[in-house]
Amino acid sequence: MIEERLLAGPDLSRGPESLASHMQRLGPPPSIGPALIDVVERSGLTGRGGAAFPVGAKWRAIARGHAEQPVVVVNGAEGEPQSLKDQVLMTARPHLVLDGAILAARALRTSRIAVVIGESKRAALTSISAALAERPEPELRHARIVMAPTRYVAGESSAVVHLAGSGIALPTTRPPSMHEAGVDGRPTLVQNVESLAHVAQIARFGAGWFGAGTVLITAVGAVSAPGVLEVGSGTSVREVFEAAGGTRDTRAILLGGYFGAWVGAAQAWDLPLDPVALRDRGLTLGCGVVGFLHDAGCGVCETARIMGYLASESSAQCGPCFFGLRALADATSRIGQRGSNTEDLVRLDRWSKEVAGRGACRHPDGAVMLLRSALAVFAEEFANHAPHWRAAPSQPRRIA
Amino acid sequence: MSAKAQLAIDRIRCDGHALCAELLPELVRLDDWGYPIIAPGPIPDHLLAHVQNAVTACPVLALALKRAEKPAR
Repeated sequence: MIEERLLAGPDLSRGPESLASHMQRLGPPPSIGPALIDVVERSGLTGRGGAAFPVGAKWRAIARGHAEQPVVVVNGAEGEPQSLKDQVLMTARPHLVLDGAILAARALRTSRIAVVIGESKRAALTSISAALAERPEPELRHARIVMAPTRYVAGESSAVVHLAGSGIALPTTRPPSMHEAGVDGRPTLVQNVESLAHVAQIARFGAGWFGAGTVLITAVGAVSAPGVLEVGSGTSVREVFEAAGGTRDTRAILLGGYFGAWVGAAQAWDLPLDPVALRDRGLTLGCGVVGFLHDAGCGVCETARIMGYLASESSAQCGPCFFGLRALADATSRIGQRGSNTEDLVRLDRWSKEVAGRGACRHPDGAVMLLRSALAVFAEEFANHAPHWRAAPSQPRRIA
Repeated sequence: MSAKAQLAIDRIRCDGHALCAELLPELVRLDDWGYPIIAPGPIPDHLLAHVQNAVTACPVLALALKRAEKPAR
């Protein structure tokens, strides 16, 4: 259920927490240095940007045997349009995020920190800039702030590295992997702001204290109080629905944002909102967006809208993504507008299998995962969708 | 060159010139937009010379022969 750790402290509506208040509440970040890598590894913390990769393992790969000073990139690009949790965290608890950044930098023995913030997140930018100026640590005083364009792929880690290094927010081909050659050719850690805020608490209270941890969730859709909630990891979808003021009948849940998956309500209610537990079920918590589709909503049309968005957000670098996602979005939208037809259903099935895995980044894979979940959950609707401009059958008109 | 070698495509460089599919139809087919889809699995030894030709012929140097790490698609 609701469990405020990252968001504990002064009311969120009071804006950024000052350094004085933060220090009074939590004290300064402990001087642990590289020993923190072990602690983070034992805590089992996974990355909260979407991929849920173990944070400790990522740090260890960078710390291992590089002569050059690494770069720590604090990722607050938050390209997912429905997600609010990173901007809420950066706005309200900037010092927790910066503690995580300095702890990461010292664990990796570097003084190079860059903070990437989505350009539309003005409050977060103001808060982080002011917070950086308040900090005594030289690494933070010299940290760079980089604005990321409001594009879906701008938060993807290779795009973040590309942006911080050369000002271009486009994904790049790997290898080289960024933990070997990222920003300015240096080994680079790209870590989501929520992950770093968790590190700031794990460093203070220990790996055992972290336990299952908490997750920041953005609840959206058919709820009366949408927004950001911090819940204990493993809290059920139903509990979040109730906490966000859900009352309407809900038929399906979009779990994990636009790179996530549709789940029918009956199967979704008891699912645990835990990055690892969901991954074990072939699902994803992604960046923590949980969307509720109410009973009257149309799964085909909602999916067509999202696919259209994802197609337009392709960075147009790789053919299979640029052409494939557009074609998939158009076919979904044709079924939505003109009604079901076998040709498009066959195309959706074939193209979605062909497109996955054929981009430099995972944009096409995420989009296809969403589409294939829709084809399964809304199978009947995809097969029997009526054209949307035809009125529902009415009484025959009486003539004379 | 062992049988564990794999064809890899730099998807950003690839512009769908399709010479690979022309020279190596055993391993490369094209999707509906003219971009290569690589057959899964290791490269049979008897095709290695043709693979080399295809790699050399790619006008944007997007095709490469790599030791298997992750399977290319």
